[in-house]
Amino acid sequence: MMVRTFKTAAAPHIRHPDDTSKIMRDVLIALIPATIFSGFIFGWYAWILAIVGAFGGELIEYIIIRFFRKDKNFVPDGSASVTGLLLALNVSVKLPLWAFLVGLIFALVVGKHVYGGLGSNPFNPALVGRAFLMISFPVQMTTWVKPYWPKFWMSPWDMVTSATPLALLKEHGFSAASKVSTFDLFIGNVGGSVGEISALLLLIGFVYLLIKKRVTWHIPTSYIGTVLIISTIFWLVNPEKFGTPIFHILSGGLMLGALFMATDMVTSPVTPKGMLLFGAGCGAITMIIRYFGGYPEGVSFSILIMNAFVPLIDSLTKPHKFGEVKQNG
Amino acid sequence: MKLLTFKGGVHPPEKKELSKDSPLENFKIPEKVYLYLVQSAGAPPKLLVEKGQEVKTGQKIAETSSIISSNLHSPITGVVEDITKMFHPILGAPSDLLIIKRTDEKDEWDLLDSIDFEKADSKNLVERIKEAGIVGLGGAAFPTHVKLSPPKEIDTLIINGAECEPYLTVDHRLMLERTEDLITGIRIIMKILKVKRAIIGVETNKRDAIDTLNRFAGNGIEIAPLKTKYPQGAEKQLIKAILNREVPSGGLPMDVKVVVQNVGTAIAIKEAVVDGKPLIERGLTITGEGVKTPKNIVARIGTPIEELIEFAGGYNGTVEKVILGGPMMGIAVPNTSIPTMKGTSGIVVLTREVTGSLYTRNCIRCGRCIEACPMNLRPNVLYKLVKMKRYDDAVNEGLLDCIECGSCAYICPSKIDHVRHLKLGKKVYRALRRGK
Repeated sequence: MMVRTFKTAAAPHIRHPDDTSKIMRDVLIALIPATIFSGFIFGWYAWILAIVGAFGGELIEYIIIRFFRKDKNFVPDGSASVTGLLLALNVSVKLPLWAFLVGLIFALVVGKHVYGGLGSNPFNPALVGRAFLMISFPVQMTTWVKPYWPKFWMSPWDMVTSATPLALLKEHGFSAASKVSTFDLFIGNVGGSVGEISALLLLIGFVYLLIKKRVTWHIPTSYIGTVLIISTIFWLVNPEKFGTPIFHILSGGLMLGALFMATDMVTSPVTPKGMLLFGAGCGAITMIIRYFGGYPEGVSFSILIMNAFVPLIDSLTKPHKFGEVKQNG
Repeated sequence: MKLLTFKGGVHPPEKKELSKDSPLENFKIPEKVYLYLVQSAGAPPKLLVEKGQEVKTGQKIAETSSIISSNLHSPITGVVEDITKMFHPILGAPSDLLIIKRTDEKDEWDLLDSIDFEKADSKNLVERIKEAGIVGLGGAAFPTHVKLSPPKEIDTLIINGAECEPYLTVDHRLMLERTEDLITGIRIIMKILKVKRAIIGVETNKRDAIDTLNRFAGNGIEIAPLKTKYPQGAEKQLIKAILNREVPSGGLPMDVKVVVQNVGTAIAIKEAVVDGKPLIERGLTITGEGVKTPKNIVARIGTPIEELIEFAGGYNGTVEKVILGGPMMGIAVPNTSIPTMKGTSGIVVLTREVTGSLYTRNCIRCGRCIEACPMNLRPNVLYKLVKMKRYDDAVNEGLLDCIECGSCAYICPSKIDHVRHLKLGKKVYRALRRGK
């Protein structure tokens, strides 16, 4: 009898084939349609931003981990690419590349690695980067260009600036904002941040993630649902001042935020109940900022604020342990 | 019809097709058996034989030493060649081992008297089960006579035919091929527990077993088809699925008037009572992509794994791990000289393609472990608390409720070993408590 020796490791000895890098890869794939579309609306520079974001993010993270945290065994997981691409989709094409890179470094260093890297950061790193850019480069970040479908060869410096529909609503009321048709809002033929404009393509990307079971429906549904309820109430009160519900759902960063930013697993609650609460909070804060705040848009701040509540939501929505509920029937 | 099940769980590839159609084969009587003195949960039994002594098949060689303990019988006819120590894969440390060598071709049985269970009383039946050294054959190897003497009133017996571990098919074969023995075993247990109702829970991936059992149902025995989901065969989940009763935290099935027994155990009970046969052999599955011809066999306890792998056609491909039990909760053995035990329900030989890479990353809070946890715990939180050595906080979070099924680690996209840390955390917590 020939005895053979084998590895011993703890059970379970089989694992689900999914891993973190596959999740990140699918998020990147889901964002491709909206990214490609942005170049046809805002010119080739939108694509440069996206490419620099995706590849630059990974490179910056590699440098941080390899040289500052001195981890030689690191295998890239793609999460820095997701952060980089999301940041690129969250800025205006008027933002110079160097400023974008500063924002990206800030996002990864201050938004992520000071906390210990992937999984430990309380705030969505891309939104931390965006908040930093909004404060540091307020003019470049809020100068929006007119859509130029399909002139991808145009450079951002030749483009005419224009206000976003939400800014028009804030300053001139709904009759000015409604010059942009609902159809244009839906397909994305409007001004705004690079990747936030096309509700249609963002939805397609999200459906891909749903089919691949990378995300659940809870956060986007409660987020958009809350926006729908609040905007309906205010629309009934004063349609000219507050605009229509469909306008609020399709404009600004709501789709990008609700589908891709609020759903970041690291910075959102872990249970379905918690996710619903979190989404509702995001929706309510977004509408408060849009109606009464200093900015015309409130998606990114609402998500950042709700990120801070995640530990609280997690402890409030802790699942009932099996066998804990009805001891005496 | 909505299938019975519980909340949570996972659905790993079943891989039952590898062996589910091969009928039970008797493995030859081995030339030598290697018997750990510790074959079951509880205290090790007291040795009754010494080196050089001749023993018969079925002769009692070690006797219960405390309440939770079980008798041990010689699986073959021969002499005690040595009493030594060898690494015990479940205890994770060297442990007492008896080596019994066959002297000639004889297989002389030392049988007990047959008992007419219809006429016998409950106490005598339990005594016989204790005498025959029967333990739970589903894997946990808890002494059966203890489980069948509950201090509380029982109203339902559940027979576990879920066999929810991937790869394993021996219970499936037993239900198909030993149906009458199984039913007799169930009748004996019903008599012992004085219950009118017994329910056999079977996952629907064993449709033929459900059909066969249905022909024997009646007179208080029912068949409950269960959804195929892991860990459907875990006691608490099985009771929840079948009776919608929740065993309270820290409690036992008897707290909800239930006793659960595995199908293999029920058959062993029938053999002990009716045939007078102590537990010296059991059914097991030798399977996995790593063996050429997966099989279901009946083998004497104490057979070295290597011989069984040879019987299944030998190794196939790049073998990475050999597992005692199923791939979700089983134990990977360091080498194949390790023998089978009373609780060994199978030997699963896994290739590198199946085990895959286990590069661990940080938790990304995806929540899949929480969704998968059949006990509704938060494995991600428990894992962190144990890593931070905050054992009291972990216990408050539900550490001791963990049934160690491994669903959390199975589903984790960051390949975190939750369950390994949780098991360790329990051990450390209990050790600290004892120290106080």
